[in-house]
Amino acid sequence: MLVEEIMKKEVITLLPNNTIKEALELLNHHHIRHIPIVNEDHNVVGIISDRDIRDAAPSTLEEKQNQDILNHNINSIMTSPVITVHPLDFIEEIASVFYEHEIACVPVTKDQQLIGIVTEKDLLYTLIQLTGIHEQSSQIEIKVPNRAGILPNITKIIGERKTNISSVFIYPDQQDRSQKIIVLRIQTMNPMPLIDELKEQGYDVLWPNIPGLRQ
Amino acid sequence: MAEHTGVKTMSCQSAFIYTEKFQQYKFRDDHPFNQIRVKLTYDLLKHAGTLTDQQVMTPRIATDDEIQLVHHHKYVEAVKQASQRNMSESEIIEYGIGTEDTPIFDYMHEAAATLVGGTLTAVDAVINGPYDHAVNFGGGLHHAFVRKASGFCIYNDAAIAIKYIRQHTNYKVLYIDTDAHHGDGVQWAFYDDPNVCTLSIHETGRYLFPGTGNTNERGRLGGYGYSFNIPIDAFTEDESFLEVYQNALSTIAEYFNPDIIVTQNGADAHAHDPLTHLCNTMNIFEEIPQLAHQIAHTYCDGRWIALGGGGYDLWRVVPRAWAQIWNIASHFEPLSGALPQDWIDTWSEKSPVTLPTTWRDESGIYNEIPRKNEITEKNRISLEKSLKLIKNQQKYT
Repeated sequence: MLVEEIMKKEVITLLPNNTIKEALELLNHHHIRHIPIVNEDHNVVGIISDRDIRDAAPSTLEEKQNQDILNHNINSIMTSPVITVHPLDFIEEIASVFYEHEIACVPVTKDQQLIGIVTEKDLLYTLIQLTGIHEQSSQIEIKVPNRAGILPNITKIIGERKTNISSVFIYPDQQDRSQKIIVLRIQTMNPMPLIDELKEQGYDVLWPNIPGLRQ
Repeated sequence: MAEHTGVKTMSCQSAFIYTEKFQQYKFRDDHPFNQIRVKLTYDLLKHAGTLTDQQVMTPRIATDDEIQLVHHHKYVEAVKQASQRNMSESEIIEYGIGTEDTPIFDYMHEAAATLVGGTLTAVDAVINGPYDHAVNFGGGLHHAFVRKASGFCIYNDAAIAIKYIRQHTNYKVLYIDTDAHHGDGVQWAFYDDPNVCTLSIHETGRYLFPGTGNTNERGRLGGYGYSFNIPIDAFTEDESFLEVYQNALSTIAEYFNPDIIVTQNGADAHAHDPLTHLCNTMNIFEEIPQLAHQIAHTYCDGRWIALGGGGYDLWRVVPRAWAQIWNIASHFEPLSGALPQDWIDTWSEKSPVTLPTTWRDESGIYNEIPRKNEITEKNRISLEKSLKLIKNQQKYT
């Protein structure tokens, strides 16, 4: 899945000479946490987060709060240069960017121009969709040897039952590296006949998979 | 919670909705959803002597307009056409029909409309008739969506009934769903409606269909705070189930102050049920209707519609569970001791499993659960999360 498929295209921006106060108002009004700062040519020249503003704002514990600080230009506190991504990047890549740089938002640029924005929340939402949980379905897990050709055998059995698959995940078995666990969300309320068939064919079906609780 | 005095001395007039035609709702011989459960329940009650012919009411069939209180007319049309095999596989599949869960069968529309009619007959008996309570074990098909069949459900009679109640009265409706699966279809139908409060207690959707029913599904817009969900862990037992149910229902009833309750009494939370992983016994199926009955008298002048739902151990579990609902609705108390021998004799040959001989389960029907305390704790946390909104309000008023 590509960044351009999940990014928000309407981006709220400010110019470097807008004030911190204006930024604060925008953040509160739109319930957002990041504002990219652009120049007249719509190039991204900085970014500010709600935390940058909080760092700059007077402490709520001080009796006489110096509100003048809020009249400073945002270029005095914005982060620059900015980490940006391309619309054709994969969403897995942004996940790594977030993880490595410990940030929660990246502007998307094309030809140096700002065209979108992706936040941690957008990414999490997409990951939730990828698990298939938004469609009515049951989940089964199958422990299989870690070698080629297993998955098509399993999906063939499911396909022959005219049962639609919402999502497939594969992850290594933590206890035994020679095994993998295939997690399937399938659109049926009655997975029992399928589970029986898989077991008959020698597959190890974990349903449900809770350590210490296999009956 | 308000006092519920005098329930036992009150005389409740109750209607039992029943017709042989409920059997027409049948997908396949080997399909887990089988309405023989309703017949077995009816027959058990007849033999037990707690159901008289005067109490039995024959249902009407629901009209298209009534079904379309919830469902899209194109969907209703698709169900009709599919019943007559007038549609191709690719045309019907978007409506969730023709799948392994909801395969096509002859007179599918009529059969489904009869279940809805049963539930509407129950509603009429209570809102327009002299009845305090009415039960329709042919209904409770809580998974069906506006334009999609799902999880063995074609038309969502529970949602239709609630719309119908709202159309004909100004009653605030409390819907209580104790099926082991999340009552998603009903929840989504009233997700933004503050006059309909839904409570679903179900096995967590991590594995089980449909996957939804998290504590954070609380409703939207005006309906925010009127959807409650308590997912409970696989292998939950009676004690923890009842702790969650009794706490949740008492708290929510007091908060919402309903005028009528509709209960969906799926009987698939039992240890024997082949489709789920809960470990309850008949005990919960005696307690569930007793509290519902009490709530109906405390808040709703008795108005209570009880529906069926899931339940896939057709022989050992469902007939006893549903019969006890009727026993409570009509005679205030569950029966105990031995089941009528006549009933056992009538059905034991047809049953693929040995029929139970008593109303209660014997001990030891499932193996001891190793992580019982953790499961109980986890369920308690889900209960607290779900009720947090109400508890917070109480703190500040």
